[in-house]
Parts: sequence; C-alpha cells; structure tokens
Amino acid sequence: MARAVLASDDSDLADVDTHRGGDVIIRTSDLTKVYPGMDRPAVDKLNLEVRRGEIFGLLGPNGAGKTTTAGMLTTMVIPTSGGAVVGGIDVVNQPALAKQAIGVVPQQNTLDRALTVWENLYFHGRFFGMSAGDSRTAADELLEEFHLARWGKAPVMALSGGMAQRLMVARAILHKPEIIFLDEPTAGLDPQSRLALWEILLRLHAGGQTILLTTHYMEEADQLCDRVAIMDHGHILALDTPEGLKAGIEADTIVSLHATGDLTKLARSLSRRRVVTNVVELDGELRVHVKGAADALPAVLETVDKSGSRLNDLTVHEPTLETVFINLTGKELRD
Amino acid sequence: MATATTEVVTAPTTATIPQYKGAELGRSTVQASRSAFAGLLLRDLTVLKKNLKEFLPRTILQPFLLVFVFLYVFPTIGQGIGSGGGVAGESTFATVLVAGVVGLSIMFQGIQAVALPMVQEFGYTREIEDRVLAPMPVSLVSIEKIVSGAIQGLIAALIVFPIAAVVHSKDIHIHLQVHWIQLFVMIPLACIMCSSLGMTFGTRFDPRTVPMLFGVIVIPMTFLGGTYYAWTALSPVKLAGWSWLQTLVLVNPLIYVTEGFRAALTPSHHMHLYVIYPVLIGFCALFLWQGLLGFRRRVLS
Repeated sequence: MARAVLASDDSDLADVDTHRGGDVIIRTSDLTKVYPGMDRPAVDKLNLEVRRGEIFGLLGPNGAGKTTTAGMLTTMVIPTSGGAVVGGIDVVNQPALAKQAIGVVPQQNTLDRALTVWENLYFHGRFFGMSAGDSRTAADELLEEFHLARWGKAPVMALSGGMAQRLMVARAILHKPEIIFLDEPTAGLDPQSRLALWEILLRLHAGGQTILLTTHYMEEADQLCDRVAIMDHGHILALDTPEGLKAGIEADTIVSLHATGDLTKLARSLSRRRVVTNVVELDGELRVHVKGAADALPAVLETVDKSGSRLNDLTVHEPTLETVFINLTGKELRD
Repeated sequence: MATATTEVVTAPTTATIPQYKGAELGRSTVQASRSAFAGLLLRDLTVLKKNLKEFLPRTILQPFLLVFVFLYVFPTIGQGIGSGGGVAGESTFATVLVAGVVGLSIMFQGIQAVALPMVQEFGYTREIEDRVLAPMPVSLVSIEKIVSGAIQGLIAALIVFPIAAVVHSKDIHIHLQVHWIQLFVMIPLACIMCSSLGMTFGTRFDPRTVPMLFGVIVIPMTFLGGTYYAWTALSPVKLAGWSWLQTLVLVNPLIYVTEGFRAALTPSHHMHLYVIYPVLIGFCALFLWQGLLGFRRRVLS
C-alpha cells in the first residue's frame, strides 16, 4: 500500500526525511489562512509534519482551524501565506498534481446521488485515470471488503449514515492514494457505526496507509491516532502521541469534585498538597490532578473536609486527552 | 437499513487490503487531466442515459406545445398568427417560429443541464466536491460541465427541429432552406454560449433565489429573445421615432441564437451574420469567463 515519494525534482522537501522512523509525507511551513472579512486567521503559521504510515489526528473544538488545515492540504482552501507539501508535491502551486496523491473523506455526504453505490466507486477510478477493467475490479473488491456488496445497485440515497460513510472511505482509497484525509469522520454516526469505521481505519493503517483525520472526539484521537496535534484558534498547542500528551500533565488520576462553599479557596488549599499537581475550576466543578493515587484520595478528602466545603459528588478517572486540552486552554473540548 | 451497521468487522490484524491495481501516481498534469476530463464526461453521459425518461419530456414538451398551439390549434380554430393573416401569413410565422424554437430549446438545456444541477450541488448536496478532487485543474472541471451541457443542447436541437418542422396544420407550409455551413457554425456556438450562460447563472443563484432566475431572467429572455418574431421585424415598434424594442433586445444573448438559426435554417430575413457571429463569440467568451470564475469561487475558499 505504501508508495514511494514522487520524483524529488518537484521539491527539495521530497528528500527522504527520516524522523523517528517514518519519512515525512506532509510538511507545512507557516501555513496560514485568513478568510476575507475575518479579523484573525483561521489557521496561523502552522508548522506540521506527518510521517508515512501513521494515523495523525488534529484534535480541537469547532472553529479550531482543523477543517481549514485539512482543506488547505487537499487543495480546496487556498492558503493566504505559507506552504504545504503532500507526498512530495507542493499543494499550493501544483494542486492538480497533488490531487493524484490524496484521497478525501469530507465531513458532508458528497456521494454522487445520480449514480448507484457501485458506480460511485467505478467512476471515481475513471476520474483518476484507471482503466475500465481496473475500476470495475476495484469497485467490486472494495464493496466486498466494506460489506456493501449487496447494495451495489442501490442508489446512494438508500444507504444509512454509517454505510454512506463507509462508501466514502472506500471511494477515497480506491485510487490507492498516498494519504487519505478524513474530516470529522464519525460526527453524527451512531456508536456502532463509529466503531465499525474505526476498525476500517485501523485495518487500513495496518496495511500501511497514511491517514490524517480531524476530530473533536477525544476518544477517537486517543484510540486511533499514533500522534495527535491539539489545535485551538488556528494554533497547535501540543503535539505528541496520546500517551505522551497525557503523560505531559504529570498526573495519573483526575479527581472531579462537586462541592458547595468557596471553591476558589478550596482550590488554593488543594493545590498546596504535595500529591496535587494542578487544580482546574470548570463550571462549578474542580478537576484535581493528582499523582500517586493511593495516598491522593484521602489527602483530597481531608482538604475538602478542613476547608469547610460540603462535598456533593466525587468521581475519579484517568487523565484523557480532554484533560490535556483543559489543561492547555482552560475550557472543555465540546463547548 | 440499520442492520448493515451491526455487521461484525474483521479484526485489523487478519484483514487484507484489496490487491487490485490502483491509479498510476506521478502522471503529468496534462495526462491526468485528460483522463479525468474523459471520466467526468463519461459520468455525465451515463447519468444522461439513465435519465432519458426525464430528459426527453423536459426537452420535447415545451417546443412541442409551442408549435402545437401556434401552428396547429390556432390555424385550425381560425385564430392564426401571422402578418396579413391567412395561410401565407401563418406560414411565414411558422417559418419564424421553427428557428426560434430550436434556439429556445438549446437555451433551456443550458439552464436545465448546467444551471439547475449547479445550484443544487452548491446549495446543499456538495456532490461536486468529489469531482473537484479529480486530478485536474478546477477550471477544467467547470469546462467539462459546460461541454456536457453543450452536448445536451445539441441533442435537444436535433430532437426538437424535426418536431418543429413537422407539427403544424396541413395548410401551413414551412419554408426551410438549410445552409449547412452556417448550421455547423451556429450549433456549437449556440450550445457552448447557452451552456456557459447556465454555468454563470448556476454559480450565482442559490436554491432560495432560483425562482428569481426564472421569473426575472429566463422568462423575459425567452419572450424577448426572438422566438416568436424576427429581430428585423421589430423596427415598427417605435417611440418618438426610435425603434426602442429592436435596440433594447440587443442585450439579450438569445436573440443572436434565434437569428442565427433563422439564417441557417430558413430563407427569412435575419440580422446580418457579421453581427450575429462576433456577438455570439463575445457572449461565449464573457459567459465562459464568468462561469469559470463563479465555479472557482464556489468550490475554493
């Protein structure tokens, strides 16, 4: 599945670039987009490297600039400044050439409603210069692979949301692109369809496919991605493996407290405890980051008790990427 | 429907990726564009073939009704239209109308085969996005749509012309005189101009404003586009000695199409060819430019 980088005369950036194993397949340099009439950039001087064969996630709330970033990398959004190279091709200056190397699963259902399920795949192959025979074989095999074979002759409007999404993924990989982009691939899908799609992506990943996805579901980033860039307001705030990001907050447990009383005072007292590494106040709730869980809980409870606050509810969980995001921005992902 | 989503998906480690031959990467832009253009055209023609049962009635019905009412019903009930009345007048009118109906059909294909699908795709379905991602410059995607609309205009003209020439009351004699060279110049010019016009409209109207497109632009264009009368015959419509209608309709691109077909198909009086062809070429260039620009603006941000 993995393909060699295209001829290097196109760009000096196409040289094999070994960076912790995989060569770089996407590189952006100060990539910036300012939409007309907006006072601040949607994407602000983004410098990003994606390695061949990895699942790379852009995680952030709505409006963080993820979709704009994916749009610029897939030639649909024209950058205001900066550059991007995908599969060795400059997407800004050679968009028509770059489109050969990419497959795209957009946020919205863009299946061709005038065609059947099978024809959607067949014509996609023809658009990419595959022969009639190859396109036919590819459409047949992918429908089989994606459990859509019995829907081949159906109009695409007959598909459920999950099936339509699977068909869009099949369409995106049909021409065997070097990299596929998925924009919020599971937004609006029921949990079962989401799991099915995750399985598909992991399978493609196992086959060596490079995948870039944008998401605002932290579970998605956590479960699927080799590396995650956390974005907000057009900037990357942190970039690492999900484990690395979570390890970066220096806590092994998060204690969420609902209490009545002076929360600010309570937060101050809590943060003086040795086991507590950070306290975040969020919507009348305290998120206490603690290290060394065994002694931590009694210490937290003791502090609450001494402060004169009354504890209403307490939950304990491991740090998630959401915790990382809250730590970085002071707000939740889904607001 | 929901059953499909509950299928057991094979575990990642045991799965195989299909081994078919994918697209050849690293082709030149010219190579990739050529095959992508052919692929898009093939897609449009396949859709046209599938939708013949919609294409045929929408193409045939309006011109058929026009000639049926004007050239069959009216003369039959003694309400014929034509200068001076009588069979001679009715025959003259019939000759004028044949060319008008052919021009009108081509214009309607521009609207129906290009403008309306574009409005729909840009308005809510966004289907066009996948075709825009085909490995070719964005402008070629819109040119392909214009070419496919032009082909549909040509097919419409070929279907409508015999109908317009045949459906009339038995007393009427349509004077046809086909100038083949003029016809071969007119057909591509008219088809491309109308299809580009469709692209210009299709990228500027949204589903909410489409009724405006018909009510305020298309209907006046057809009534003032020389379908029912020759442009040369408009000079008596005067205000203070000025043939105002004859002058004003010159902004209407359809008038050059109907006059061009009048010249190519009949011996009737028509606007001078030295005017018709350059103006049509000018409108082609204008609408192509505006259509391509509009398309680019709608798909890229």
